[in-house]
Parts: sequence; structure tokens; C-alpha cells
Amino acid sequence: MDDGRPIFLQLAERIEDGIIDGTYPDEGQLPSINEFAAFHRINPATALKGITRLVDAGLVYKRRGVGMFVAAGARDRLLAARRERFADSHIAPLLAEAQTLGLTTDELIDLIRKDTPS
Amino acid sequence: MTLTVEAHGLTKRYGSLHAVNDVSFAIPGGSIVGLLGRNGAGKTTLMQLITGQELATTGDVRVLGENPVENPRVMSTLCFVKEAQKYPEDFRVRHVMSVAPRFFPNWDAEYAERLVDEFRLNRKQRIKKLSRGQLSSVGIIVGLASRAPVTIFDEPYLGLDAIARQNFYDHLLADYSENPRTIILSTHLIDEVANLLEHAIVIDDGRIVLDAPVDELRASAVTVSGPASAVDAFVAARDVMHHQTLGGLATATISALSDADRVTATAAGLEVGPVSLQQLIIRRSGGWTTEEVSA
Repeated sequence: MDDGRPIFLQLAERIEDGIIDGTYPDEGQLPSINEFAAFHRINPATALKGITRLVDAGLVYKRRGVGMFVAAGARDRLLAARRERFADSHIAPLLAEAQTLGLTTDELIDLIRKDTPS
Repeated sequence: MTLTVEAHGLTKRYGSLHAVNDVSFAIPGGSIVGLLGRNGAGKTTLMQLITGQELATTGDVRVLGENPVENPRVMSTLCFVKEAQKYPEDFRVRHVMSVAPRFFPNWDAEYAERLVDEFRLNRKQRIKKLSRGQLSSVGIIVGLASRAPVTIFDEPYLGLDAIARQNFYDHLLADYSENPRTIILSTHLIDEVANLLEHAIVIDDGRIVLDAPVDELRASAVTVSGPASAVDAFVAARDVMHHQTLGGLATATISALSDADRVTATAAGLEVGPVSLQQLIIRRSGGWTTEEVSA
């Protein structure tokens, strides 16, 4: 786990990915802090910080003595947020690379059409 | 949060050598802290001061609020796993495990036995016949099974291969999760332990050059690489910690970028990458140079 940003952010994002792809369904239970720490070989305090971020965002909630659960509607909210960021996070780098390769926007659109499963 | 280990203006002089030079820090309870630095930087002397094995020339060190020197209350809370631990002449592995409870009130004998098996030690083996790596394993087992509120590992893995070290890190994390306590890990294998640490204290030439949460350190810098002209244009107005060129390409280590800056960098054809904790510490502590002294 390392793309240069703080580990707790990366953990939070991985859990978000899990919520989006259905690994952790709405109202489903998440692994414990210690399980996340052991699995990713990170400090438990770091894991706690990552989870706390999701709790603060209302995506995950804690049930005392039971564990942590995905909040209802978390997936929809994450999808909306990721779609909003899509232009910056994916389109901009795509255009930059296309420009380096000398691909025009029309060629790019053709490529996308060709690779889109119908 | 209670502080487990505190130092104020701590200094240890051997003749004209300042092994530890006016050092102050505070380690919060229940965290895994890395004490990092080059060989000869003063790490071991500092640990000897913390564990009451050396007397400070000046200044003050407190463990759980008390002076550690000849203090049985403090001693019963400490476990110091040394790089070169000495054992009585005829000791075998099982003797070490059987005397340990006398020194460590929280000793978990069952856990220790499990670790002896996992690290594949022969209980009947004489300590002095052990290989360097096996001797390190004994120290690691004592450190983990002691469950001491303040456990200090000084380069605990000499002679251990990568698999055995990973085994140690996994046990350390698992046991720390179950039984939180203060763990001070002195090492120069910084990148291997980076993700285990909550906090890093970097010592160089007897002084503390960096004392910060690891998260904060990691977030504090990135590298940008790409065509030298684009890199130079992008970093022109920034604080450059390190700069390297290869032909027409360049890589610069700079302070962290905002999301907007990242987009700008990517749009300029630059690649934004991570800086390892080890690289970062080398950059931030003046490349392990003696700048600190001349400053």
C-alpha cells in the first residue's frame, strides 16, 4: 500500500472502493481495525485514522461492542462523489497522454467507442 | 494521553564526545515509535539513558514520570532488547524463557512457547552455540512475550533473513493490537518498518533532527519527474529538497502538492510519485550530514 499519500487516506479509499464494488454492502459489517492493520501491515492507529475519516463522513458507523458497519446509502453517495471527480481524476490525465501521443479528440472518442462493450 | 518517556535537555558526554546532545522529546503512551538514525548517531546511548543503564551528564529523562536510574518500579515496566544481549555462560534457550518471568511481571509464557516454535528454536540449544539470527530471535521473543509497558528493541534483527523479519513485524503488530503498549523500535531499515510506525524520531550526531508523526512526514513531500524543462518550470517557485537529472529528464523532490497542483503537474506531462520515508528522512535531515553542527 503506497502511492505516496498518507497511509490512512489510502486505507480509507480502499474501503470506499470496497463499498462501491459491493465487497462491503450497505449495512454490512466491516473487518475490525486490528484486522485491517494486520492485513495491510500498518500501524493500528493509522488504520483507526482511516476508518475515523469514513465515520466522520457518515459512510461508516460504529455499534459499540459489535463493530463497524457501512451506512445505508453510502454506496450511492460515494458514486456521486466519484463521478463528480471523474473529469479531474481520469479525463485530464487521459487527454494529457493523448496529446503526448498526437491523438486527436475525435480519434480518442473513436477509441473509446470501439472499446466500449455494447 | 499519558507520556511514557520524556526527555528534557538530555546530554551524555564521553570525554569531548557528545553522544547525546541536549535532546528533548516526549513519547505518548501506547504508540509504536521509530528511533531512527545512522550507526553512531547516538541511538543506543539514548536507549541506555532511557533504561537507566547510563547516567545523564546533564538534563533529565523520565519513564512513566519517574527517573529510571536504579528505580525498581521503572525497571519492572521496561524491557530492553539489545543488539548484543549477554546471557550466563551455560544458558540454554529454555533457561531464558524460564527466568524471564522474574524480570517481566506481564510475561506470557504460553505466547513465548508458541514463538519459540514459530522461530524454530531448539529449547535445549546452548545460547552461545546459536547463530546470530537465532540469537536475534531469542531477543525478539523476550521482547514480545514480556508485554512490558515500555518495550525497546535496539536493531533486533541482526542475522535474520527477510522472511524472519517479516514474521517479527507481523507478530509485533498483532500482539500490539491485542495488548497496546509503548514500543520503541531502533533501526536503520527505515522503509521496512515505515508502515508500522506511528511516530518517528530521527537522531543524527547526538541531536534530534526530526520528531513527527509518520503520516505527516509522508504527506510532506512528493517527487515530480519528466522532461527536465517541464520539471524545472514546475518547481521554479517551490522549495526543492533534491534534484536529479538524467539526459533530458529530471526528478525533483518538493513539498507536498495540493490536488489542484497535482492536476497541473499531470497536465504538464509530469509524473507525481511518492517519496519513501527513508528518502524523506535523508532529505529532511540534511542528507545525514553535519549541517546541524555548523548551523
